[in-house]
Amino acid sequence: MDTDYQGLAFGYAPVDLHAAPARHPVVVVGAGPVGLATAIDLAQQGVPVLLLDDDNKLSAGSRAICFAKRTLEIFDRLGCGERIADKGVRWNVGRIFNGADEVYSFDLLPEGGHRRPAFVNLQQYYVEGYLHERAQALPNLEIRWRSKVTGVNQLADRVTVNVETPDGAYLLEADWLVAADGGKSAVRALMGLESKGRTFRDRFLIADVKMTAGFPAERWFWFDPPFHRGQSVLLHRQPDDVWRIDFQLGWDADPVAEKQPERVLPRIRALLGEDAQFTLEWVSIYTFCCLRMDAFRHGRVLFAGDAAHGVSPFGARGANSGVQDADNLAWKLRLVIEGKAPSALLDSYAREREQAADENILHSTRATDFITPKSEASRLFRDAVLQLARAQPFARKLVNSGRLSTPSTYLGSPLNSEDADVFGGALCPGAPAADAPVAVDGRPDWLLAQTGNAFTAIYFAGAEEDATVMRELEALAGAPIAVRPLVLAAAGQGSPGMLEDSAGLAAARYDARPGTCYLLRPDQHVCARWRRFDAAAVRAALARASANDSANDSATAADRQALPDLEHA
Amino acid sequence: MSAPCTALNVAPNMADPDAFYDMLIGAHHDLSDEQGRMLNAQLILLLSNHIGDLAVLREAFAIARANVQA
Repeated sequence: MDTDYQGLAFGYAPVDLHAAPARHPVVVVGAGPVGLATAIDLAQQGVPVLLLDDDNKLSAGSRAICFAKRTLEIFDRLGCGERIADKGVRWNVGRIFNGADEVYSFDLLPEGGHRRPAFVNLQQYYVEGYLHERAQALPNLEIRWRSKVTGVNQLADRVTVNVETPDGAYLLEADWLVAADGGKSAVRALMGLESKGRTFRDRFLIADVKMTAGFPAERWFWFDPPFHRGQSVLLHRQPDDVWRIDFQLGWDADPVAEKQPERVLPRIRALLGEDAQFTLEWVSIYTFCCLRMDAFRHGRVLFAGDAAHGVSPFGARGANSGVQDADNLAWKLRLVIEGKAPSALLDSYAREREQAADENILHSTRATDFITPKSEASRLFRDAVLQLARAQPFARKLVNSGRLSTPSTYLGSPLNSEDADVFGGALCPGAPAADAPVAVDGRPDWLLAQTGNAFTAIYFAGAEEDATVMRELEALAGAPIAVRPLVLAAAGQGSPGMLEDSAGLAAARYDARPGTCYLLRPDQHVCARWRRFDAAAVRAALARASANDSANDSATAADRQALPDLEHA
Repeated sequence: MSAPCTALNVAPNMADPDAFYDMLIGAHHDLSDEQGRMLNAQLILLLSNHIGDLAVLREAFAIARANVQA
């Protein structure tokens, strides 16, 4: 039996309002998917975290329902990927209709040899529920519900935070504050900052209906369907026999009247048929904008998720990119808090995730312009594309019902060591590492599951210098910023302590030969790679990926002096 | 002075320009204004895909847009 996560109300634990302000290394604001992921990531890497939320409930309504492969891999690293993937509905096929006719279908079914599928659909309250349960299992993660942030004051060495509770207000101090408090971020407003961009003049109705229907687990998207003329409709399956139906209503729709069952039910019956048996689970009317903050880092305050950026829902780029923000931020904060990296490392969080937000906003804006054309010319070309797409393969590539979330490659990041050797394939510095089946002590497992949380060197064995490399890898494992060694042998060639590339897919995906070495960051993004292992090169790349290289020397010295006294924490 | 480096061929490139023009106007024969606009849109999409090179297309778009705004 599943927990009714929407019905949970968490207790408020009173705090001593009159005690001297407690000092925390990190305070995270907002217990949504992004705040929970950030807090879990930090806590499981050994950083004590305080998570504040102004409410005492998880997500009301299904909200974000599509979780992408990369996000599932991050949830794996956070210790709840299996539950989320198991409960979620896997889907690979999308069908596009124009009017009553199917224009074409696509299959996201990825190549074999990946642990996680392209997407699962799962109500946000399950994702939050599972993350919350994971958070509760971490002793150094404290959640305070009904704790509203009403003031943020940034000092040279700390941030003071005013918190309002049902019992009254108190003050706390943080070395770092992560604002993951959503699109209407209180922290952002309190700091006088804005998220700017483009608002789309259109309204959409989400209706979640519960029914046992014969529709397959596919994504169906209609342009101008006979049951909802002139607008678009999206149908998606969720677990528990719940279906998401998303109706475009146009800008003139009345957001209050359109939520009433007498208006919603006929729209659903028009799609499902007059005799369809269903119950309404959740109804919501939404508008959206594509926007972002100019900078995701403001001194000791870091913005993540919807607080930092917003996209249209087409493409499932909201929650997915927010969790990827958390993935990028947590290890950097940890190294800075441990005094192993200068705070300049956090500038790379801002830079990499601002770039990712721009990418997501670009895709999202283009999809929105295709789905809801705003000029006659735009509508004409949209309709021309849809007419051509029935028979002309090229036009199918132009149909844009949402380009589905894929992770960003951090091209040009200052943390990357650019290739000195020639490599093929997609895994350039900045790219998220690819998964592959491996054997660990003869048991089938996954490559990505052996990486993450620490820097990892993947060495492809079989070269003459193997023995020397292993010794040098051991030395790297004992460095101040430890590098976890991962030695990967061809199938059947492994010695004790090595993994085996059971299907040869790791070597293929990494374009590896014996002697090839990849350095992965704790968030599983590639930061450097070589054809021949060179301990000095690995050390240099590690310094660069932790902002400890010469370019950051001056910042390092200044920072070390300003590092807060953690004994108060 | 050397010619500007242009990827779009704006020099005459058709063996029989009059036949082409006749064909273009003929394609619109008996169509309503709405059908004519749709035909033009589909032609642009078909031919753009054939050309494929965004730099070439960008030049063509720029010339047409500049004329319209002149």
